[in-house]
Amino acid sequence: MKICVLIKQVASEDSPLLLNEDKLTLKTDSINFVSNEPDTYALEEALQLKEKNDATVTVCTLGPESSRQVLKDALAKGADNGIFISDDGIDTSSPLSIAKTISAALSNDTYDLILSGLQSNDIGFSQVGLLVAEYLNTSHASLVMGTEIINDKSDIKVKLELENGWFQWSELSLPSSLTIQSGINSPRYATLKGIMSVKNKEVKEYTKNDLAISEDNGYSVVEKFTPLKSKETTTIQGSADEISNQLVDVLKNKLRIVS
Amino acid sequence: MKILCFIQTLDGKANNNSLESLFAAQEISKNNNAEVHAVVFNKDVATKLSSYKLNSVIYINNSELETYNPEYYLKSLELINNELNPDLLIFGHSYETRDWVPRLSARLDKAFVSDCVNVQFESDLHFIRPIYQAKLNEKIKLNNQGIVSFQAGSYSYENIIEGSCSIEEKSLDLQIDLTVRPGERFKESAEGVDLSNAEVIVSIGRGVGKIENVELVKSLAEKLNAQIGASRPVVDAGWLDHSYQIGSSGQTVSPKLYLAVGISGAIQHLVGMKGAKNIIAINKDPNAPIFEISDYAVLGDIFEILPKLIEEL
Repeated sequence: MKICVLIKQVASEDSPLLLNEDKLTLKTDSINFVSNEPDTYALEEALQLKEKNDATVTVCTLGPESSRQVLKDALAKGADNGIFISDDGIDTSSPLSIAKTISAALSNDTYDLILSGLQSNDIGFSQVGLLVAEYLNTSHASLVMGTEIINDKSDIKVKLELENGWFQWSELSLPSSLTIQSGINSPRYATLKGIMSVKNKEVKEYTKNDLAISEDNGYSVVEKFTPLKSKETTTIQGSADEISNQLVDVLKNKLRIVS
Repeated sequence: MKILCFIQTLDGKANNNSLESLFAAQEISKNNNAEVHAVVFNKDVATKLSSYKLNSVIYINNSELETYNPEYYLKSLELINNELNPDLLIFGHSYETRDWVPRLSARLDKAFVSDCVNVQFESDLHFIRPIYQAKLNEKIKLNNQGIVSFQAGSYSYENIIEGSCSIEEKSLDLQIDLTVRPGERFKESAEGVDLSNAEVIVSIGRGVGKIENVELVKSLAEKLNAQIGASRPVVDAGWLDHSYQIGSSGQTVSPKLYLAVGISGAIQHLVGMKGAKNIIAINKDPNAPIFEISDYAVLGDIFEILPKLIEEL
């Protein structure tokens, strides 16, 4: 079996997000870049499937030079090889453009399973893994909370999370592209041996010129901006004693929650 | 302009998020006189929709569409789209929408601007959607035809404009080779906590650090006669059962007071509790998104504040 995991490099949750004057791009020098957390669950699921089903795991990212790091981290955790697609000249604001590019790169090989995190923690369209399913003509499922390869590796059984606490088992023909819900497993850490192995693992490289893709992606981002607050917020700060006193006042006298 | 709004149904009822997006379609129409058509797979809901101010209701009468199957849904909307050729397809941003509409976007080669919270009417239609866990927004303009979904709670379905319109019934040829075989839906949580009527909720986030600290927050909840809730990372870590989870994959609550302890406020959590009448959030990160919707933003260390607060109450 061949499994491919799509991983994106994103700003860490605590990075300051400062817009440049173009109101479209962020000041990157203050940002700490990390692997998109939902994608780390997809990687772990792939590694567990590999252990149970004798598979190879390829990790693929599309991004700037710095995003080679997410491939290295994944290879150190146990992925077998990588695909790096340079985002130079590619419209990465558009899920259609991202998915067309990735699909073109993946179509050079045949994967039984493509896994990705449910969404990216930056732009958060939650679309790429599912668009890839359409472009590569595979089955798909989203919000996956469990996986099991069945029927002599021709199908996969997945547990899906539905709304309001409901779940559902669903059987899909392989090949398939699944988006993985966070919390499905406990992502592992890289071992020293794993880290040492990275330099011996192959990473295929693609640029825009290698992948024939169309230019028009149907929309443009006009601007990015900080949301206006819809509420008037009272800030309470100070020593623990001061904060506690103020909170007691709010709970007793303003909101009348306790007497 | 021509708008087609998809109304999701379950057990003969329209999905509220779909109805909210239908009102968004009416709002757009009010500004640019767009035609608004609704498409639905359930007859009773089609009848209900015909009492709204719309240009038409399209009812697809196919047994394959009685329960959710992404491949039949995709094929149906592909056929209806090709027949009606709408400029804009509108959806509520439900879990089902997240599952099948991206694929529709690729099939129709129309951009899908997902999870929008607002529409602005300037010289063009602009769609506003949160990015970076709602720390920023982006404003998007569709170049031509496209697809849009609206986050739950962005509009109120109670504002839908009444009227009357005809129902057009259709049956489609949905013969396709299925690659997905969905099974029965089930619930697995035995505890079944219902927070929908709670007056006061003290909710636990990742900021409490570890399972041992959950007891501290529970003591505060006891003092306030409150029920306990949690954000997703807390239930994923197993500190509390999944039934305590508040947010898009858990419960939606609207208590008199929501006290968030160590919750940063990912958008998936905020959609489940932003309807609370009063929100107090305790967090040490001044940039935590939950402060944006809080009435009281308490900036500090929960492990210093909570023991003192519990003692004084």
